[in-house]
Amino acid sequence: MFSTVLPYLLSGVSVGGQYALIAIGYTMVYGILRLINFAHGDVFMVAGILMVYISASGVPLYISIPLVLALTAAIGFAIERVAYKPLRSAPRMSIMISAIGVSYTLQNLVLYITGGLNQFYPSIPFISDTVTIGGASTRMVTIVTPILTLVLVVALVMLINHTKIGMAMRAVSKDFETSRLMGIKINSVISVTFVIGSFLAGVGSILYFTNYSTVIQTSGSMPGLKAFVAAVFGGIGSVPGAVVGAFIIGICENLLKGLDTILIKAGIITKTFGFTTFSDAFTFALLIIILIVKPTGLFGEKQIDKV
Amino acid sequence: MNSAILKPRKRIDRSTMITIGIIIAIYMLAFGLEQVIPASSMIFTVLKKGATYALVAVSMNLLNGFTGLFSLGQAGFMLIGAYTYAIFTVPVANRLSVYRYYDGGVIQFTLPLLLAIVLAGVVAAFFAFLIGLPVLRLKSDYLAIATLGFAEIIRAIFQWDKLGVVTNGSNLLREFPNFNSFNVKDANGNVTLYLSTLIPFLIAGVCILLIVMIINSSYGRAFKAIRDDEVAAEAMGINLARHKMIAFCASSFFAGIGGAMLAMYQNSVQAKSFTTAMTYEILLIVVIGGIGSVTGSCLSSFLFVACSEWWLRFLDQQQTINGWQVPLLRSGFRLVVFSLIIMAVVLFFRQGIMGSRELSDLFKNRWNKPSRKGGVKP
Repeated sequence: MFSTVLPYLLSGVSVGGQYALIAIGYTMVYGILRLINFAHGDVFMVAGILMVYISASGVPLYISIPLVLALTAAIGFAIERVAYKPLRSAPRMSIMISAIGVSYTLQNLVLYITGGLNQFYPSIPFISDTVTIGGASTRMVTIVTPILTLVLVVALVMLINHTKIGMAMRAVSKDFETSRLMGIKINSVISVTFVIGSFLAGVGSILYFTNYSTVIQTSGSMPGLKAFVAAVFGGIGSVPGAVVGAFIIGICENLLKGLDTILIKAGIITKTFGFTTFSDAFTFALLIIILIVKPTGLFGEKQIDKV
Repeated sequence: MNSAILKPRKRIDRSTMITIGIIIAIYMLAFGLEQVIPASSMIFTVLKKGATYALVAVSMNLLNGFTGLFSLGQAGFMLIGAYTYAIFTVPVANRLSVYRYYDGGVIQFTLPLLLAIVLAGVVAAFFAFLIGLPVLRLKSDYLAIATLGFAEIIRAIFQWDKLGVVTNGSNLLREFPNFNSFNVKDANGNVTLYLSTLIPFLIAGVCILLIVMIINSSYGRAFKAIRDDEVAAEAMGINLARHKMIAFCASSFFAGIGGAMLAMYQNSVQAKSFTTAMTYEILLIVVIGGIGSVTGSCLSSFLFVACSEWWLRFLDQQQTINGWQVPLLRSGFRLVVFSLIIMAVVLFFRQGIMGSRELSDLFKNRWNKPSRKGGVKP
């Protein structure tokens, strides 16, 4: 029984870690700008495409990985400056529409560059290696992801709680106007948020695409949406919440993918039930349930509506 | 209380007359063009798809622009409409080949075409009612993401193997009547009267007229009040939950009919194609046309479809001017240019083409200027 569940559990933890790295970008941006950055999933996808092209040009790995991460962070910064900053005083819906526009643009740009073909992700030594845990054969990335995710999250939480820029971030997310009056440079705080979010999405993309091995212009949208759901699930605006939410979603989704096999092996059902079809839908069902039962998520702060 | 003052004037003024004239002219043009130009021309693709998108965009505008409910579930409701239409109109004789993997499916009858189209809307509205019960309590972006989630769930359900006897699983539904079935043919199968463009125009036109009537009714005014200030609207005695639900169901009803039209336009239906990208496209159409303008949504649908299917096609092919190879032009460049135009509209022309004005407003300003000036004075 356990040996049937284990592979799904492992890949769930791994995917959960990758979602977590994307979800942090969503939750931080939402915390500060109250914006669902629909383009975040596409930034994640662009990071994957960048890796494909940079490593194809023959650059060694110890240069290409930092380069990809730096470029991804730069793209996040640029998107904020070009598409969101001019709309700062506009209604929230305008910024969200702008985010959808950016997502559309990035996807089309990648479609143009790649010609709409699946790009094969370069295999990265060590994390692409195969290992065997408890009888289940998997890749090294499965073990590396949760560890790396936790290290990065701890570092991020330290940054938010113990540095000046982190304090500024917390202030801005509490009250936009007041923190501006207190002399905090709003624009640079927002830029830093986007840089951090995109950087983590870049790390996530390296881990995620090592697992899935191909990148196409639409491969960012589904992980992006799921990561957003994770952020809502954990309580949007809360970094640890996003991480917990992401792991829960990753694990549940992968268990659902394997539920047919697991149940058949356990002798509970004899025919496949087609649960795999719902592995994506499950995430959204979870989202709707959490929004209705506890709209602030697991760790979210209570929002008070002002008239 | 003298309530008579508040009642809108019943007299048809000049701007309305001009508007009606323009609309009739467009319909006559659509009918005339089809008789003259060969049916294979690109213009008909644009007109048919444009009419479909116009209806869906206006239905989304009813929700997003007039009621202020930011919903991203449009593709889901279109999917329901498209499937309802397709399931009930595939001829019984063809069912065995269409439902190849499900022994012909369980439904062994067909409905009249018009009834199937209306049913498409009704089923979509019914689903909207069920979804709306929990979801409409949510605010702005949470509502957006929840409706988007529902669209994804619907997509998964329709692809589910176990429902294959009804929905054909993840396989194509096809061989149902499409727009070309409306063409009048003689005994030899030659077309004597082309109606394949006029019909989508008529369906979309009737639906959009209904939406305009909703917007101008007391319900429409309540919707606008909710959009402008929920708390104030509630204080004025508007039942928020009820009006939001009406707007949501009405919008989904017309999105469902739009889905049925899309099915007719495409000749086939597959759940896989109703992605969030489709919703985004429709949202961008609404934004380009102007949030809160029916005319704008219609105009921008045709512009959007014409640009993406026709006018910008040359960007996808290699071009040489006087022996000079134009750089960058290759497959996909059209979409890049297109999305940059959209970004420019979103960032710099936030009002879109029409802002919140309608076609009749354009003439009102010109003709009624003196009386308007007098009216504005305090």
